[in-house]
Amino acid sequence: MQVKKGLVKTMIGADAIVRCLEEEGVKSVFGYPGVAIAPFYNSILDSKIESILVRTEQNAAHAASGYYRATGKVAVCAVTSGPGATNVITGIATAFADSIPLICITGQVNSELLGSDVFQEADITGAVESFVKYSYLVKDVIQLPRVIKEAFYIANTGRKGPVLIDIPIDVQNKEISKFEYPQEVNLRTYKPTVKGHSVQIKKVIKELEKAKKPIICVGGGVLLSDAQSVIREFVDKNQIPVVSTMMGIGVMPTKNPLYFGMVGNNGKPYANRAMNESDLIIMVGARVADRAISQPGLIIHNKVLVHIDVDSAEIGKNVGAHIPLVGDAKHIFDELLEYSVDENYQAWIETLNLYKHNMEPKRNPNPAFVDPAVLISRLSEKMDDDAIFVVDVGQNQMWACAYHIVKEGKFLTSGGMGTMGYSIPAAMGAKYGCKDKQVITMCGDGSFQMSMMELATMRQHHIQTKLIVLCNKVLGMVREYQHYTYHDRYSVVNLDGSPDLEYIAKAYGMTYIKMETMESAEEKMDAFLKSDQSVLMECLVDPMDLVR
Amino acid sequence: MKKIYSVLVENRSGVLCKVAGMFSRRCFNIDSLAVGETEDPDISCMTIVSSGNQRTLEQIEKQLNKKIDIIKVKTFDEIRSVSRELMLIKVKYTKNNRREIMEICEIMNASIVDMSKTQMTIQICDVPDKIALLINMFSNVNIVEVARTGTLALQKCGDNE
Repeated sequence: MQVKKGLVKTMIGADAIVRCLEEEGVKSVFGYPGVAIAPFYNSILDSKIESILVRTEQNAAHAASGYYRATGKVAVCAVTSGPGATNVITGIATAFADSIPLICITGQVNSELLGSDVFQEADITGAVESFVKYSYLVKDVIQLPRVIKEAFYIANTGRKGPVLIDIPIDVQNKEISKFEYPQEVNLRTYKPTVKGHSVQIKKVIKELEKAKKPIICVGGGVLLSDAQSVIREFVDKNQIPVVSTMMGIGVMPTKNPLYFGMVGNNGKPYANRAMNESDLIIMVGARVADRAISQPGLIIHNKVLVHIDVDSAEIGKNVGAHIPLVGDAKHIFDELLEYSVDENYQAWIETLNLYKHNMEPKRNPNPAFVDPAVLISRLSEKMDDDAIFVVDVGQNQMWACAYHIVKEGKFLTSGGMGTMGYSIPAAMGAKYGCKDKQVITMCGDGSFQMSMMELATMRQHHIQTKLIVLCNKVLGMVREYQHYTYHDRYSVVNLDGSPDLEYIAKAYGMTYIKMETMESAEEKMDAFLKSDQSVLMECLVDPMDLVR
Repeated sequence: MKKIYSVLVENRSGVLCKVAGMFSRRCFNIDSLAVGETEDPDISCMTIVSSGNQRTLEQIEKQLNKKIDIIKVKTFDEIRSVSRELMLIKVKYTKNNRREIMEICEIMNASIVDMSKTQMTIQICDVPDKIALLINMFSNVNIVEVARTGTLALQKCGDNE
């Protein structure tokens, strides 16, 4: 904006929001404009912050989630009032379920009209109450800097999560006489526990010394506290075997000799057996949720349970722990590392290796189609060591959990909420945040059609896309459920009418590769990975294939 | 099991909704709820009585503590607290039962605070059990309407001095 010489441009609320985001080091905002957020999108033009126009608001939140998970930096989405705000709810709920921090700024109707059901008014702070860590409705422009400072702090500390800030348009337009970004947050009601209790930490060491068959079960909380390297160091030093939940995939490299796979009803049988036969379980940053541990009572039967979590309410929510330990995983394992455990678990590790060798599930792939298991394991071997693999929800996710080989990279998926359509926008956010890293996306043909519109966003903003679509013309996971539960009585799972992906790829300016069987699959994978273009690789998968 | 939660919260709009919403979302019971300002106008005190098993009662406390608008959560059993509830009860009377109603009030330490030629309003401030007892004693009386505050409670003196 041109400011005439001699005139000092007065600062308004919208300018203040942008200044606050700059102070927080925000480089980009994912969002969708509208009248109620228009002052903000006008002010952002004067800033270096880049705006990325998603094609539907839900994907702004998913993109922010992917951005955070790839970079560790909290991302912002900004949408308008009413339908803009309500559209973003699923994305917020998805982030909340996996404790992913993000800031969502929603425009709101004029504060004097609040409550009168005017055009595009929605009570968004009320609607998202059970999906956010906290929310604000800012009615006084002078509060904006404090609120934004607090929002970033709340989102990214303790048990992380999304924070929503609802800002009426008149507040965005109101002059702010004095702008000062607070250096510190002063919240008398919010003091997250970081350091673990030293008595409890000593107890953990004591239990480890008593145990013959200990196991550590790592969850998504480990990645959120960036504790993966200290945990690797700890288990390597003391030779303790590890299993993970779905959100904990990536804490341990898949081929680490101490790692025994993912637990749960879609996990490895030997991982579950390891949990059942252990005499000491150390759960770290995991909720003991139903899909991971279907019978929580069993994991405290005949064994000692240590539960480490930054959120004290998670400890004892699903299962009572013998040793509760509240704190940040990284801090706690830094301290645990100081002690040496005087016990050797070699016999137990050998037993687990035997189970792993004997209990690997055997598949019967149909040679007329692509075998997703081989596709995923071969592809992940070929990926860069630090590649980010983003998968969606459904059979593609279960195959990825079972066969993806993590080296030093990351594995992103929607765990707690299981939101279809997550992968494409999340990968967009991840790639945008890490342009130098390989980001590979994989989804089914169902989830693809839930967020394919974002291919346009990626083209517009030159975000390279490497997308694999497993096509089987059905909603595979639901079909599989109906196969087992309703004895092949299929209801509403047929995806006939889906678009020809070759044309879709062309329409979005992407290179197209089609893999029909495993024949010449290796060459196609190489071409897919090596291309410097955006690529869509369609892989035909047997509609009757099962994950179990 | 019953438990009383004395919850100090930021006196802001929407906080009651957040706390009540947490109870309903997580399927916790609210047996009674009373809210009012404290000596500090920025802080309100919510007194919530809830029932459930040991784990539920523990979860309620933890989930309350997680809410960012909540400053402090104190919990106590009924026996370790002084609790009171206020009830206003409006009844119809005739000359046949007027005497009896007045006697019950006298015994129960309740007082008549308003009356007309056919109705009277009785006030009682006591522990929740006594309130229930009074309603019970009026089983033969024609009750017009009842208003109750919900339980207010403070920890017994000497417990945390």
